[in-house]
Amino acid sequence: MNVVSVEWYLTLGALLFTIGALGVLLRRNVIVMFMSIELMLNAVNLVFVALSRHLHSIDGQVAVFFVMTVAAAEAAVGLAIIIAAFRNRETVNADEMNWLQG
Amino acid sequence: MHPVVFGILSALLVLSALGVVLARSPIRSALSLVVTLFLLAVTFLFLDAHLVAALQIIVYAGAIMVLFLFVIMLLNLQEDPPVVMHAALRWLAFAGGSLFLFAGIAMFLGSAGAGPGLQSPADAAFGTTEAIAARLFTKHLLAFEATGILLLIAVVGAVVMAKRKLV
Repeated sequence: MNVVSVEWYLTLGALLFTIGALGVLLRRNVIVMFMSIELMLNAVNLVFVALSRHLHSIDGQVAVFFVMTVAAAEAAVGLAIIIAAFRNRETVNADEMNWLQG
Repeated sequence: MHPVVFGILSALLVLSALGVVLARSPIRSALSLVVTLFLLAVTFLFLDAHLVAALQIIVYAGAIMVLFLFVIMLLNLQEDPPVVMHAALRWLAFAGGSLFLFAGIAMFLGSAGAGPGLQSPADAAFGTTEAIAARLFTKHLLAFEATGILLLIAVVGAVVMAKRKLV
């Protein structure tokens, strides 16, 4: 077994996705939760690229291109929301962001 | 890629990803995420995805992470207080995480070494800018145009959101 098969990459992607999901569930700082979401997106990107190579299809890499674009848009809008929330209530703790309860 | 190289790379990746989640200060989380993104770019290079690796560094490690660091420093965030969390929620998080991890390991053990290793693709042009662009501007043209509209909406939304006179 001198070569790395595609399953290794898929497992690595699953591991990274799990770490990202745990970050969203366990941390309360919204910025760290946001970074964990980026981590999950990147784990999916790794799977896309590995399968693109495995199947000899370039479509997987095109999908990564779109994921990156959506991640950039999401980061811009999300961070703007965080800044607006911090300006009004001086907090980045997700537990304290319960203003929709009225 | 040689299995030893892959092992070192994935160990570093998992360690830096854990650093993102476990670091107390948001700055350290962000810097760990930069390391993770760079290591992923290296992995992409090993997978013959040259353009994607370059984009990963320019867009992710460059633009997006600068945005994150800028916001963290703008808000002047200090270290988080120790996490106080409902016991059931913590238990649920660990249970879900272990379940997913278990599924991943089971998948790995079930099929490791079974498939052939990733061989180099037949054509040398695989993963080059030209190959991706040819696909992007033909089959995925509609999605590409929609992406442009999405970015425009995101720009307008971010500007409106960051304006001072928002409730």
